[in-house]
Amino acid sequence: MQFWVIQTLNSLALGGLLFLLSAGFSLIFGLMRIANLTHGAFFMLGTYIGVSALRVFPNLWLAALAGAVVVGLFGALLERFVLRSLGGNALGQVLLTLGVAFIISDLCLIVWGGDPIPVQTPDYLRKPMLIAGLPFPTYRLVVVVIALVTALLLWLLMERTRLGAMIRAGVDDMQMARAVGIPVSKLFTIVFCLGAALAGAGGVIGGPILSAYPGLDADMLPLALIVVILGGVGSLVGALVGSFIVGFVYTFGTALLPDLAYVILFLPMIFVIAFKPTGLFGKVSA
Amino acid sequence: MTAALEVTGLSKAFGGLPAANGISLNVEAGERRLIIGPNGAGKTTLFNLITGDLRPDAGSIRLFGEEVSRLPTHRRTQHGMARTYQIITLFARDTLLHNIVLSLLGRSRTRWDAFRPLERHRELFDRARAALERVGLEPLAQRPISEVSYGDKRRVEIAMALAQEPRLLLLDEPLAGLSREERVTVKKLLDTIPRETTVVMIEHDMDTALDMAERITLLHYGTVIVEGTRSEVVADPKTREVYLGH
Amino acid sequence: MRSARWIVALVLVALPQFAGEFYVNLISQIFIAAIFASSLNLLVGYAGLTSLGHASYLGVSAYLSAWLYLKLGIGHWLSAPIALAVTTVMAGFFGWIALRASGLGFLMITLALSQVLWGLAYRWSAVTNGDNGLSGLTRPQPFGLSLDSASAFYYFTLIVVAVAIGMMAKFIGSPFGAALKGTRDQPRRMSALGHDVRRVRWITFVYAGFWGAVSGLLYIYYHKYIHPTSLSLTNSAEALLGVIAGGSGTLVGPIIGAAIVVLLKNYVSAYVERWNMLLGFVFVAIVLFMPDGLVPGVRRLWARVTGRRKPTDAASNS
Repeated sequence: MQFWVIQTLNSLALGGLLFLLSAGFSLIFGLMRIANLTHGAFFMLGTYIGVSALRVFPNLWLAALAGAVVVGLFGALLERFVLRSLGGNALGQVLLTLGVAFIISDLCLIVWGGDPIPVQTPDYLRKPMLIAGLPFPTYRLVVVVIALVTALLLWLLMERTRLGAMIRAGVDDMQMARAVGIPVSKLFTIVFCLGAALAGAGGVIGGPILSAYPGLDADMLPLALIVVILGGVGSLVGALVGSFIVGFVYTFGTALLPDLAYVILFLPMIFVIAFKPTGLFGKVSA
Repeated sequence: MTAALEVTGLSKAFGGLPAANGISLNVEAGERRLIIGPNGAGKTTLFNLITGDLRPDAGSIRLFGEEVSRLPTHRRTQHGMARTYQIITLFARDTLLHNIVLSLLGRSRTRWDAFRPLERHRELFDRARAALERVGLEPLAQRPISEVSYGDKRRVEIAMALAQEPRLLLLDEPLAGLSREERVTVKKLLDTIPRETTVVMIEHDMDTALDMAERITLLHYGTVIVEGTRSEVVADPKTREVYLGH
Repeated sequence: MRSARWIVALVLVALPQFAGEFYVNLISQIFIAAIFASSLNLLVGYAGLTSLGHASYLGVSAYLSAWLYLKLGIGHWLSAPIALAVTTVMAGFFGWIALRASGLGFLMITLALSQVLWGLAYRWSAVTNGDNGLSGLTRPQPFGLSLDSASAFYYFTLIVVAVAIGMMAKFIGSPFGAALKGTRDQPRRMSALGHDVRRVRWITFVYAGFWGAVSGLLYIYYHKYIHPTSLSLTNSAEALLGVIAGGSGTLVGPIIGAAIVVLLKNYVSAYVERWNMLLGFVFVAIVLFMPDGLVPGVRRLWARVTGRRKPTDAASNS
């Protein structure tokens, strides 16, 4: 019983982290038609920045903010000054993000070294919470709540604000959006920055669960890709549902069949692609 | 005798807007059918539904008696259907000859040959040259598409379709954008299409198109408004209404 | 042009007579990378499908060959065809999945599939020995000839690379190759002409997977060792860089590109252990400054120097 409860919570926590990662990926893809392969590296960079920030001020939430700001700024600069020069050349842009991912990955190795660095869970969240007599790791519950709140905020942003309305217009029909005077190029920078910031914050928040290590980027990127392929690109709901599906499949796969957890990841993806190539909630095909 | 093309209750909507709204029409084998209608009447949508570029929401399409509305485009082509496009979509970097060869390959088992060099298949090139000769472009066979005039490109389009010796040929505005002389040339070319080939044509240039067509179908807002012989359609008050307003 | 080809062939055949072992081995590595990159080029350059998962085929065939030998004691004469067959069947399955999408969706699915294999190679230690990799392997002895010396292996690889490039060139020059290029340029038009676009792409995917598997066999014979990095994104990206740097959609481009990548990797990483960073920067630089790749770039320059008209596709097709 305890096993199932704990693994369910682990699944939810991983799903929450994956949502922070893939929501940005999906938004960027939806608006800009770029598969941002730097996204795994953004996440890892966030974790490492969290590590350094925690050495200066021992507060995980401030560290997460620092991760969001630094990675978000980096993303904005990358979009504004590098990606933009390849406007219209989607493949070139994707390959460029791949190159940048390699560079970030190696920079992290230079700066933070090759050994895994654990990230401390805040003291007040370390004690397990007792619900119905069962101990629950409190931090994981908090991660799930953060992800759900983020999902809600993103939904409000997209559905209830002017900015969100402009982004939706751009996702639906770029040329029309341009024609009616929506500042599309500014939107690109904002969305890319937002996506990067979410990944950066997600990296810090994931720190206590995953810890910081070289290769974290390469571990997270495929999970994000599978989430987006499952859920459908450009769809926030798809990212949310996909994240939790992958969270569950991966966590239970690892717990029950540790050797083959990765193969089990194939299955939902293959299933969805076979029947609905646009993903569960996707409108545009990738 | 079975009809060459039998369309029944064909519908297609884009985001709630119907582009084809229950279109039904019958084209007899060997017939020359003209499809007319104002902009946005659903003429090209109808073609795209017949060829399979679009999937219909409802309705059926029969080619020579065979239901094809669920088949992918390339399978319909194997049933003897060919089309030309309103907007020219040729292989711009390749030669005229190569364009025709690609068309011939589409109906030949040779297209699965992955070993013998293409140029060893002499019979393909001979047939391609003959197809170009038929539209008077043989001298330009080795020119890349990007280097020939707009009128020549239109003729290549038609040559590609005719090279397949289709049983049903769909022509989407074959005369659009041509000069007066070019139009005469293309018109003459269309007149040489043998009777084994059924022709369905969308065309705005009434002067040229009307005397070719045996029957005319008038589309408006995705539905068939009038259908009949040339004089019947011209005489029908609904035609007047569609074109001149109330 | 023809005489240049003969000179290159002569130099390649005579190379082990005057070059030292280090260089002979280096060229062998270039040959292997050239087959790998050329097979990827079938997809990237001729099908217009950018795959970021081509390491799957190299890695899986290499792992299979190693595993069959180490765990089941199966000799090379049997393990090689099994590895090729299984990997090719896998390519058939992966291709079926990935070709449900096109464009960036195709790229994402190929990347995700190969990353899953990469993760599997790390985790499934019962089969792959995890991070330690599989070692203790031998090279085959075709017709009793030992391939253990650098020059013997060089000649073996030279023969395979010649056959591989020749077969891929035949594929591209065939009617099927012409249809393939058509589906790259105008997929919708091609289906209207009666071509089954998805099947054309799938066959090409499988064929590319087969030659990727061949390069995997050479890879394991050369290194006599295999590690999960052979399945990594870095490995797929190196091949893609070779294709793009040399010039995708040309036969020679990926060979030259692969040579550049191997040389860079060998020389630069001998001085600085920063291969990933360098790979990243070269990627960025190529994409930003030389998107067509070296071979078309140089060809254009040459055409300008000699004042000739740019060669038309008629010349390259016939």
